[in-house]
Amino acid sequence: MVVASCGGSPSEVRVSAAASLDEAFSEIKVAFEATHPGVDILLNFGGSSALREQILEGAPVDVFASANMSIMDSVVAAGETVGEPRVFASNLLEIAVPPGNPGGVTSLIDFARPDLLVGLCAEAVPCGDFGRKALDKAGVVPSIDSDEPDVRALLNKIELGELDAGIVYATDVESAGGKVEGIEIPASDNVIATYPIAVLVSAPNPQGAGEFVEFVMSDAGQEILARYGFAAP
Amino acid sequence: MRRSRPPLLLIVLAVLGVAVFAVPLVGLLARTPWRDLPSLLSSDIVVDALKLSAVSSLSATAIAAVIGVPLAWLLARVEFPGRRLVRGIVLLPLVLPPVVGGAALLFALGRRGLVGEPLYEATGLVLPFSVWGVILAVTFVAMPFLVITVEGALRNLDARYEGAAATLGATRWTVLRRVTLPMIMPSIGAGLVLTWARALGEFGATITFAGNLQGRTQTLPLAVFVALESNRDAAIALSLVMVAISLAVLVVLRERWWKTW
Repeated sequence: MVVASCGGSPSEVRVSAAASLDEAFSEIKVAFEATHPGVDILLNFGGSSALREQILEGAPVDVFASANMSIMDSVVAAGETVGEPRVFASNLLEIAVPPGNPGGVTSLIDFARPDLLVGLCAEAVPCGDFGRKALDKAGVVPSIDSDEPDVRALLNKIELGELDAGIVYATDVESAGGKVEGIEIPASDNVIATYPIAVLVSAPNPQGAGEFVEFVMSDAGQEILARYGFAAP
Repeated sequence: MRRSRPPLLLIVLAVLGVAVFAVPLVGLLARTPWRDLPSLLSSDIVVDALKLSAVSSLSATAIAAVIGVPLAWLLARVEFPGRRLVRGIVLLPLVLPPVVGGAALLFALGRRGLVGEPLYEATGLVLPFSVWGVILAVTFVAMPFLVITVEGALRNLDARYEGAAATLGATRWTVLRRVTLPMIMPSIGAGLVLTWARALGEFGATITFAGNLQGRTQTLPLAVFVALESNRDAAIALSLVMVAISLAVLVVLRERWWKTW
């Protein structure tokens, strides 16, 4: 007899992860499931702030992986995490432009040019928060044309050539292959994004959740993250 | 004749149906920060979004009136090859996820799109990330509501009235103006209200095609979406505004225009 597993059965682990973790976590899922037969990882990607709202409103989630510390901190403050969150990766910002760089973008200063169409992530999303910090450090007052809901939406509009430039994570430029070009942001203006992960108090499957977090922190998990351009924590 | 009591089962199921719509509304009202409401509603983000939503939804409704009614007439009254296919294409946005519509608009009318690129090179006009892009996106999603309503009315119209007018020597144009249009006016009104309401609530096509910038392309639904993650009280206040406007219009206008339904 086949028993269908659904609705938070012990063999499922629900992971809410920042949109920038899409490719890396999809591969971690495959590797984890190969070594943990019978366990199903369900990945839910989105802007970290939207994922936080889902968790705070009581969505049945086992593990939360955020793209910044302050969003995780507010989940901790709400008493929703088991123990202290652990930092599992870090990331740098880069300027992404369409192939061929039609806007002739060379640095953050170009974000002030009114003749270009430039986008950022919305301020509430980590990549939007970091992007604004980087522009601030560089002393640039940007002329923004769109605040995209998450980093993948922003990247998509750059890939299509609808936006001339945007600030995304270095890993996004990496994973986009040749569909966007990356322009490095000097260390003095750059912002390091740290990614924390935690098991949630209301996890329907705390054991599976703990095993998944251990796997992400393990050499096998770290090796996959490194392959997608993430730096060690 | 004595009316029998309505069957209990039907009543129970109908009440369940009401609950599906009413419970979320109660949830929203329960979370509303009533005391801070006036200051929340006068904040920049709310005022900007209100203005933009008014402009874009009313523009979409006007465009739908000008081109949607002739389109409905064409579909109802003119036999031409491929009419079913054309009707299908016109009504597609009713069932298509709006995000797909927004992406399709981007591929066609974006700055690097099929039509958008020559348009940009000839005129310098860029539709995405502009208020024109918002109007186009909401029109795309909302206009089918007018077309389907008016086409249905035209099909149900008793052809003898138009026939009689024609027999009396009226031209086709005069028949349309003096007989057909006045008879389907209630349906046009209802269709316009539905179109406007759908345009006001449009989210997916707008954010995909026109992006999201306060004061330029951030309509009420987009503002709610963004504020939910950063300022929940403002998001609830915005939601309340949308509920109040939409409910008022749907309740009041039903009395006036939907009697024939």
